Amino acid sequence: MAIVTAPTKACAVNPLKMSQPIGGAFAFMGLRGAMPLLHGSQGCTSFGLTLFVRHFKEAVPLQTTAMSEVATVLGGYENLEQAILNIYSRAKPKIIGICSTGVTETNGDDVDAYLKLIRGKHPQLASLPLVYVSTPDFKGAFQDGWEKAVQRIVAVLVEGPSANGLRDPSKVNVLPGCHLTPGDLDELRVIVEDFGLCPSFLPDLAGSLDGHIPDEFTPTTIGGIGVDEIASMGRAGWTIAIGAQMQRAAEVMQVKTGVPFRVFERLCGLGPNDEFMMFLSEISGRPIPLKYRRQRGQLADAMLDAHFHIGGRKIAIGAEPDLLFDLSGMLHDMGAQVTAAVTTTQSEVIERIKTKEVLIGDLEDLEALAKTNHCDLLITHSHGRQAAARLKLPFYRTGFPMFDRLGAGHQLSVGYRGTRNLIFEIANLVIAHREENDQPTPDTWRTAAGLPRCSGNRSSTGAARRSIA
Amino acid sequence: MSSLAATVRNMFDEPGCAKNGSKSEAERKNGCTKQLQPGSAAGGCAFDGAKVALQPFTDVAHLVHGPIACEGNSWDNRGAASSGSNLWRTSFTTDLSETDIVFGGEKRLCKAIKEIIDKCDPPAIFVYQTCIPAMIGDDINAVCKAASQRFTKPVIPINSPGFVGSKNLGNKLAGEALLDYVIGTQEPDYTTPYDINLIGEYNLSGELWQVKPLLDELGVRILSCISGDGKYREVASSHRARAAMLVCSKSMINLARKMEQRYGIPFFEGSFYGIQDSSKSLRQLARLLVERGAPTDLLGRTEAVIAREEARAWAAIESYKPRFEGKKALLITGGVKSWSVVAALQEAGLELVGTSVKKSTTKDKERIKELMGRDAHMIEDMTPREMYKMLKDAEADIMLSGGKSQFVALKAAMPWLDINQERCHAYMGYVGMIKLVEEIDKSLSNPMWEQLRRPAPWEPLAKAVEQMQSPVAAIACDPAFAETTRRARKNCVCNTVDLGAFEDAIYAHGLRSVAAVREHTNAVGDCCQRRTEGILVSEPSAMRQAAE
Repeated sequence: MAIVTAPTKACAVNPLKMSQPIGGAFAFMGLRGAMPLLHGSQGCTSFGLTLFVRHFKEAVPLQTTAMSEVATVLGGYENLEQAILNIYSRAKPKIIGICSTGVTETNGDDVDAYLKLIRGKHPQLASLPLVYVSTPDFKGAFQDGWEKAVQRIVAVLVEGPSANGLRDPSKVNVLPGCHLTPGDLDELRVIVEDFGLCPSFLPDLAGSLDGHIPDEFTPTTIGGIGVDEIASMGRAGWTIAIGAQMQRAAEVMQVKTGVPFRVFERLCGLGPNDEFMMFLSEISGRPIPLKYRRQRGQLADAMLDAHFHIGGRKIAIGAEPDLLFDLSGMLHDMGAQVTAAVTTTQSEVIERIKTKEVLIGDLEDLEALAKTNHCDLLITHSHGRQAAARLKLPFYRTGFPMFDRLGAGHQLSVGYRGTRNLIFEIANLVIAHREENDQPTPDTWRTAAGLPRCSGNRSSTGAARRSIA
Repeated sequence: MSSLAATVRNMFDEPGCAKNGSKSEAERKNGCTKQLQPGSAAGGCAFDGAKVALQPFTDVAHLVHGPIACEGNSWDNRGAASSGSNLWRTSFTTDLSETDIVFGGEKRLCKAIKEIIDKCDPPAIFVYQTCIPAMIGDDINAVCKAASQRFTKPVIPINSPGFVGSKNLGNKLAGEALLDYVIGTQEPDYTTPYDINLIGEYNLSGELWQVKPLLDELGVRILSCISGDGKYREVASSHRARAAMLVCSKSMINLARKMEQRYGIPFFEGSFYGIQDSSKSLRQLARLLVERGAPTDLLGRTEAVIAREEARAWAAIESYKPRFEGKKALLITGGVKSWSVVAALQEAGLELVGTSVKKSTTKDKERIKELMGRDAHMIEDMTPREMYKMLKDAEADIMLSGGKSQFVALKAAMPWLDINQERCHAYMGYVGMIKLVEEIDKSLSNPMWEQLRRPAPWEPLAKAVEQMQSPVAAIACDPAFAETTRRARKNCVCNTVDLGAFEDAIYAHGLRSVAAVREHTNAVGDCCQRRTEGILVSEPSAMRQAAE
């Protein structure tokens, strides 16, 4: 059981956290022909847009209601109306996903009511789904925005049970958390399909932000799950939710359609994937394909090879709750000690993280903890680069945003194969860092500073503790 | 907020701006930015503009007073370079929570300022106002004033909440804040007759350092650069400069003009993009300094440097001429840069098939006509779709633009080069132009493009198949047909009953057991049992109840 500590600082330094509205918009980006729309001032959109473009190196659709100071005072109805009509006529979307921001939440815009008025006034919008989700900037974090948006999509777009007859046991809904990359989704699709099942991913970022080259230029998302497919999700045999953040959406799905669900909090590591495979085998009535028996063996071997390098390492991780839970769990299982853990927002999983204390804080906190706890490896998103440089630690970039390296969309961590690759990558970082910095010299064993690191650290932390006492 | 509104109105009446001067009285009242269109707007807000303009001050702590979106989504996103402190890259924000919104964020702001001083002790703190604290009435001017007194340290309010307008307006508001609170508050250690200010230069990718050696050689000292690689002390004492150059942008013209008014520092608008522009700027700098009392030999020395650098640059570019023969470029960028880059590209032998004039003034346009000929394709406003088509139809061989249209070009498998502020190469000065030509050549001559434009080997085949009436294609296109096919599948090897019949029977009669299903269908064999069980298990309980 980890103790969860909340911040006491007035000033966040080097934030780990990003805002809810762009997390919500991110979820809409996994829908085909979608245009996410932030109801706020245009900066809210442009910052988010830049962040997504830098992460994915892709064109990203994201619009704004461009609230001005006057509009904020008078209420945002007209801006919202104009924005929807403009997008409708210019981009011809299949769906518009609307997220509120701090500005429109503070002035109290009742967007649900606005949408009713807009629909009444403009009958041409009758067949255009408009999904609204409330995501104030001053609450929660990126992951919360995603969680809420997916819940709303399920509540609004999935049809109830009466609509289309019988359930199809070969159909499976997959609700992935925002910590999974398009590459992860591709991997999961292959795994599920290998059991003869036909998965519907909601949202499906692998269709829109996987970096493919579309035939035509479109101002909306270039792929993802279609609105029709979402409507028919109630006919699936099962819903698989990945990450605790998706539990609520799966519950909404069950209440609405009766589709039973199972949450997989982790898909990185040997144990979690064993469970996942057994579950797929159970619901499909098929044995585990040979391919995965081989991959399991490969993962086991990778763990054997890598435990020399990862085992006993002290690790500092900063990530959103589900990613933190998944990665820290896998590293703990490899014998590493998670000695600094910082996350962005409340979640029921963080108490169960295998570490002493989880801080809801920023990268300054992570840097300080990594320093005092003598961590050997830093894991967080790209904004950790300055801290890593100052601490002179090997740095594994993961999560969102990852703007200073290529291939963010294809970083893989799920499945036996994804875990195997991740373990290799992390172990290689540790090895490379040791080669560059810790080559033994004839004097290594003479000076106190040259003592093996762990014992040196132990004595120094011991001394620190004594002096405090 | 009334004072902010007044500041904004005041700024729209800018006598230094040629574009503004050419407007009618009514137009001028509307301000210098187009009304934002909800649903089709692009670009940053005023806060973004203010932050962009001031963030390159390297030793200042930049504190954003607002919810996490304003800073958390945007920090460390600019490629400005510093020769000293890296404090500017540390992000500070009050990360306002719901409680702060209800009770006001002023106390938190004050505490935040204290925390920063305790931790970093910077020479100054810039506090940026954002929309929400502006809405709830947090008075950052008052907080900053109180904090300045209490901590005896300059704490500067930058009052430019996002919703007051565009990024450009934010640049100007940042300038106003410098005028009101910073410039003239300190004195330089010493002055020389060669002291200049550079205004609106952000040292992106360290490109200022490509020009600085030339200035150093001439003995010209950059007293203050606003704000690339700038330091607080430098800008605070920038009022002692002899001349100023407004670099490549009209966005801070208010700052340049007011410094001229208050401190008598003459300025000119110039650019270090392009060879002739660089020369022209150096010449004008020298002339202004001499007019203000610098020894006249500066003029001759400047000419010598210009002659040497130009000869070098043209010689370097000359060698690309044969390689660029017959190549066409499309230039989509903001006003000034268009014509300043055109000359260099033409000299290298590139044909320009079009350039954007969206942000250009009438004067700019005339100049483009001069450079490119009467039939120059001037693009007022091009939608991404049109741009894509133009590139796809190969009307141009390469596009040079800002990052926003990057993927339009790349996804059309077209060479593209970033010439706006997010780029990672430095194109300033004489060496910069050579670098630009070099980059264009690298991109144009890359063998990758040809491979990418070749269709996948199966594509011609796929097209042929499409024209045949194939059942597989039909299923893929028609969900209803797919469903019929699915239902027609035999449930079992005994091949007596199809899946559809099973489902209908179960649904219509609310069947629950294999035996019951057998009664209602012709499925007799034991072999059907497992499949039937499967269908029954998967059926939703709610539906079963409804059927009952």
